Amino acid sequence: MMTGIYLICAFLIAGLLFVNRNTIINNTLVILFGLLQTGFTIYAGFEYKNSVLVYFTFDSLGLLLLFTLSIITIPALLHSYLYIKRHDETPQSIALYFSAIVLLITSITAAYLANHIAVIWIFTEMTTLSASVLIYHHRNKLALEGTWKYVFICAISITFVFIGILFLSLSLQNAGSNDLSFANLMAYKDQLNPFWLRLAFLFIFTGFTAKLGLVPMYTAGIDAKDKAPAPAGALLASVLMNLGFVGIFRFYAIIAHTSLFHWANLIIFIAAFLSIFVATVYMTKVTNIKRMLAYSGIEHMGIVMLGIAAGGIGYYAAILHIILHAFIKSSLFFQFNQLYRTFQSKSINHVGNYFKYNPTGAIVLLFGFISATAMPPSGLFVSEFLIFRSLFEGSYIILLVVVLLLLTIVIWAFGKNILKILFLPVQGLNEINIPKINPWESLSQYILLFTAIWLGLNPPSVFVHLIQDAVKILPN
Amino acid sequence: MTNVLLILFIISLLYVAIANRIITYVRVLAIQGFILFGVTFLQLQDIQTWNLVLILLETIVFKALAVPIFLGYLIKRNKITRETEPYLPHFISLIIITIIVVVTVLLANSIQDTHLDKIFFIVSLSTLFTGLYFIASRKKIITHVMGYLMIENGVFVLSLAVGNEMPNLVNLGIMLDVFASVLILGIFLNKIGDVFKDVDVDQLSNLKDY
Repeated sequence: MMTGIYLICAFLIAGLLFVNRNTIINNTLVILFGLLQTGFTIYAGFEYKNSVLVYFTFDSLGLLLLFTLSIITIPALLHSYLYIKRHDETPQSIALYFSAIVLLITSITAAYLANHIAVIWIFTEMTTLSASVLIYHHRNKLALEGTWKYVFICAISITFVFIGILFLSLSLQNAGSNDLSFANLMAYKDQLNPFWLRLAFLFIFTGFTAKLGLVPMYTAGIDAKDKAPAPAGALLASVLMNLGFVGIFRFYAIIAHTSLFHWANLIIFIAAFLSIFVATVYMTKVTNIKRMLAYSGIEHMGIVMLGIAAGGIGYYAAILHIILHAFIKSSLFFQFNQLYRTFQSKSINHVGNYFKYNPTGAIVLLFGFISATAMPPSGLFVSEFLIFRSLFEGSYIILLVVVLLLLTIVIWAFGKNILKILFLPVQGLNEINIPKINPWESLSQYILLFTAIWLGLNPPSVFVHLIQDAVKILPN
Repeated sequence: MTNVLLILFIISLLYVAIANRIITYVRVLAIQGFILFGVTFLQLQDIQTWNLVLILLETIVFKALAVPIFLGYLIKRNKITRETEPYLPHFISLIIITIIVVVTVLLANSIQDTHLDKIFFIVSLSTLFTGLYFIASRKKIITHVMGYLMIENGVFVLSLAVGNEMPNLVNLGIMLDVFASVLILGIFLNKIGDVFKDVDVDQLSNLKDY
């Protein structure tokens, strides 16, 4: 009941934002949506394990990611407001921006909670629509190019997922059933036709990599995070990637109980390793700060999928990793916006000595860098360590050594760039034009980063219990 | 009769491989729409009438008429040149597509499944790979869009194979069709033609990493 009200209200708010041209009404509606999202999240906590409206279940994974999403939503809306206020926007483009961001958050919420593969698919489609509006926000040539690539690759990926669903239905028909909900698939797991299931996994996995950010479909996401305004980019680089993870994880949980388990792991290993490799190569080359952050996301998703494929403690670590990564990466994107206001450039070559101009923000960047490269006391250190342990225990020693080597290169490249931004003075910078930035705008970044550290080092027992429950459906 | 139509569908793919002008692609897309109309009519006999009418309307109005007319309009409006400008010669395209079809036939022969009419599988999978091949081997953005539309047609054929048992999947496929086509063609119509005067993919390479 409440879920229906939430969906209707959220779509209504998105619609009203779309037609409204008044700034005060716009802000009121955005605040209303923030309250609605928070309220729904709290309500979801009370409905744990219940199913509503046939197609939605408040299971552990859904709840964990929903809480992550709602925590990131509040600063995202706040920074969007600041961003819009500072730019000379027409009422029309403001309306479109907020309407799209509300639609994006709502459809991600619904997709997290969906218990039916076709429903996840529908809401994934809606995220493509709303994300493309956000990417095209600046309406220039480069934004158009980014949008076009994103839309085209996501359209192909979404078609792939649909083909996968069709193969899955063929697989299920042999078992004499035609209900594609995950619970029903799990019930018939022994009777699924392996040939069709194999094809289904290939297509669904490939399709969702566009959202998750793995090889082969990761390219679209990079351009998207680069061209979207930073507050929207923060959502694309964190919670939208988690959506791809949900799609793959829920289907993988079924595959894991069939004879295709080892084959599927092999596929995931290949994709994950190639992702880390590609991310490493680009990290050493890239000069655009936003793209560097986006490639760091690709690398982290590769690590997460390594954890999933290695199994054992890796399952737990993968889910922990994906949640902590969302907090850290979104805070870096929020901070990037202030960095851009200081230097008016995305290129590493035109940015430097940030500590002098905005010490508060510089500490966020330093902290974010330490967190994102999984150095202690970062929470990611814990999850990454556990993933490496699972690789070790699964005796994938060679893979582990190569991945560690690649990660060292990533840390070197990331560190080189971030330290340049923080300390090296840049030639020919006109210091008169540099605006004074209110240190309070970095508060949300501190909160997100500290949440990540806290959850990693001293997780509350509820949190641990939820993650353990989420991975319980996988074989040990 | 269904088999004849589906074989015609495959022949249309081979025809596209050697076509020299963009307008031929548009016509083939229209023909494919009519073929799908026929296949739908013959194949989906167990589903409710209103649902069947919806699907038939989608194939005939959307696939066979609206999209091709719209593409023709786009070509005229953006003054896209008539050549398809493939990276590879037509002869090689023809061979590659033949190989794709042969491989899918071989793959289909290895299936032991009594539920599925294998020809649906062959047609849809070879259309999928052919579409991807067209996207990879043609220079203009509009031919990429057409390659994508062809992939959608292939997916539609596959959804018809399970359509009698799960009509909802066919409806989902239609949703995908309308949604993706509107999004892609919408961007194409409104923006790309205006901003980029000569619409080659070469122009879309400004977003890069170094």
